[in-house]
Amino acid sequence: MFEYFKPNKIFSITSKAPKYVLFLFIVTLTVGLSEALIFSPEDYKQSHSVRIMYVHVPAAWISLGIFSTLTFLSITGYIFKIINFFLIAKSLAPSGLVFNIVALVTGSIWGKPTWGTWWAWDARITSMLILALFYIMYIVAWRIYEKNNKAFQITSIITILGIVNVPIIKYSVDWWNTLHQPASINILSKSTIHVSMLFPLLIMTAAFALFSLLIFLMKYNTELIKIKNKGLDRL
Amino acid sequence: MTNEILFMNGYGLYVWSAFVFTLLSLLSLYAIVKSQYNKEKSKFIAKFGTLNSERAAFAKSQSINKEILSNIPNI
Repeated sequence: MFEYFKPNKIFSITSKAPKYVLFLFIVTLTVGLSEALIFSPEDYKQSHSVRIMYVHVPAAWISLGIFSTLTFLSITGYIFKIINFFLIAKSLAPSGLVFNIVALVTGSIWGKPTWGTWWAWDARITSMLILALFYIMYIVAWRIYEKNNKAFQITSIITILGIVNVPIIKYSVDWWNTLHQPASINILSKSTIHVSMLFPLLIMTAAFALFSLLIFLMKYNTELIKIKNKGLDRL
Repeated sequence: MTNEILFMNGYGLYVWSAFVFTLLSLLSLYAIVKSQYNKEKSKFIAKFGTLNSERAAFAKSQSINKEILSNIPNI
């Protein structure tokens, strides 16, 4: 099965895919922005400020999802010695960090009209900030140890330590008294969000997921060409 | 209608700044990654151009190298 993850097999797809993904992303983002900014209703309590949710929540979801994927790829790559998994993880990290920062900044902007403050050392905000630090450590580790196999070891340790923080982020609103409200969307039980707000939220999540895929494809291709550049030096 | 979209009952500044910050972040990341990609690709093409015919033929026999060069004319 792992044969399918060999760079030679993947590159023929990843080199052609970005233009199609970019097109899909632009279409989805246009629909998502129209829904989020124009067609979705305002909230009875928060009025129009609720619209910030359409960028804040998907950004947080995507950054959490990417970090979980990084951890899975790093651990699997380390156990089964699949170097390409590390390359995939490395290519995913930049969009994860950017979405983490977007979640923090838009959360801060949303906090001002809702809570009356730009920042609070609330459990969820603090744990999201810690996740951003883990992302930075992960990316910096690749830069420091780029020419060394030690990068595999160090980045795996960073993801294993960082993944402990992911359930803390998820359940912080249930475990502690925080400014954040409990989750409105549940997979196992009934969601408390109205469908008119759920629809734009899902569209924006799809748009951000497509953007992550686009950045991943471009970054992954860059990493492969970098390896091939080194190969040409050795010819 | 336009006023409501722009000012949003006094929340316009917060909503628009959140959306603009998000879009600018995505655009910046795209620009950075795209420039890194173009830089590596140009480096590859430049290095490939310095190879003698035998080495170039060998390099071109590798599938990824062939893919990288596939959309460059006259190589």
